[in-house]
Amino acid sequence: MRHTISLSIGLLLFWLLNSGHYTLMILSLCVVSIVIVLTIVHKMDVVDHEAQPVHLSRKFPAYSLWLSKEIVLSNVTVVKHIWLGNESLSPTLTTLKASQITDMGKVIYASSITLTPGTIALDLVGDRIMVHSLLRDNITALESGEMDRRVSRLEAQC
Amino acid sequence: METILSISSALCLLIGSFLCLSGGVGILRFPDFYTRMHAVGVTDTLAAAMILIGLMLQGPEWIAILKLIMILLMTLFISPTASHALAQAAIRNSLWPLIDTQQETAEEKSHRTPS
Amino acid sequence: MLIAATLAILVVMILAIIRGVLGPTLYDRILAVNMFGTKTVLLISLLGFVMGRPEFLDIAMVYALINFVSVICILRYSDAFGFKPQEKDS
Repeated sequence: MRHTISLSIGLLLFWLLNSGHYTLMILSLCVVSIVIVLTIVHKMDVVDHEAQPVHLSRKFPAYSLWLSKEIVLSNVTVVKHIWLGNESLSPTLTTLKASQITDMGKVIYASSITLTPGTIALDLVGDRIMVHSLLRDNITALESGEMDRRVSRLEAQC
Repeated sequence: METILSISSALCLLIGSFLCLSGGVGILRFPDFYTRMHAVGVTDTLAAAMILIGLMLQGPEWIAILKLIMILLMTLFISPTASHALAQAAIRNSLWPLIDTQQETAEEKSHRTPS
Repeated sequence: MLIAATLAILVVMILAIIRGVLGPTLYDRILAVNMFGTKTVLLISLLGFVMGRPEFLDIAMVYALINFVSVICILRYSDAFGFKPQEKDS
């Protein structure tokens, strides 16, 4: 029920932001289309804690702030190495261990790895993540496990 | 106030354009597919964010700012998914990356010389 | 400044096209197309501000979604059939 409410609030906000016309006709069309979408989604049986992760919403802003700081730092590094040339690169392929329990946590961890430039999560099997990185330093930074710990803490807030 | 806004907007747009150009140079310059992917990552995250923030500081009406925020969030959620799907398809169809071996041998040598 | 940013994005799009034409493997080409698409989103929103018509933002949003769907479609196709190297007939 919680997930259905959050989905309908999200759809309502999306409609209101994108339409920009607030007459009775348009608003009733909005309600009708939201009801249609909710029916279809319930038939597909995809409204659950994975599609609507409301249990993460309390801790998520702090994590996204930390992640954006990481993104800015690694962007600066990658841009520096673009202008330094190919000799300064040391591409590396390793396998890391993800210590998260749920699938949601693992996916958040892998997506955070991919979102920071310089590291890409290539494959996720079980709890092993295959990571390609532009520099050897990026891998040592990941192996120190700060991002892993933060994602685990985010996940533990359920 | 007006001048501060326009100056910071111009600064954000300038940084964003520079990052975009660096990513464009990187995609031409890097040696193999996986390293090129990192260059695209730069243009997808910080460069797009900088340009969109610069547009937000141009002072349009509030609905345009909300739409810009929505575009920014969409880009940030979509780009890791797309690049992960691309990298996974590449590695599963056995396109192997260039791995740096020089540094490793140099380290081994440096381990060997003192002993 | 808006016009300068627009020109920079156009240059980046040209670089992406060059990589797409050169690209030794198929994945390089898909990567170039993906980058071209995300840069198009930025170009459309910048052009909207250059022309003073912020309604262009709606088009940019739709374009972001279409770009995502197109990349995922190509990769699902590759999962199902695999991009095998073409055997030479002759």
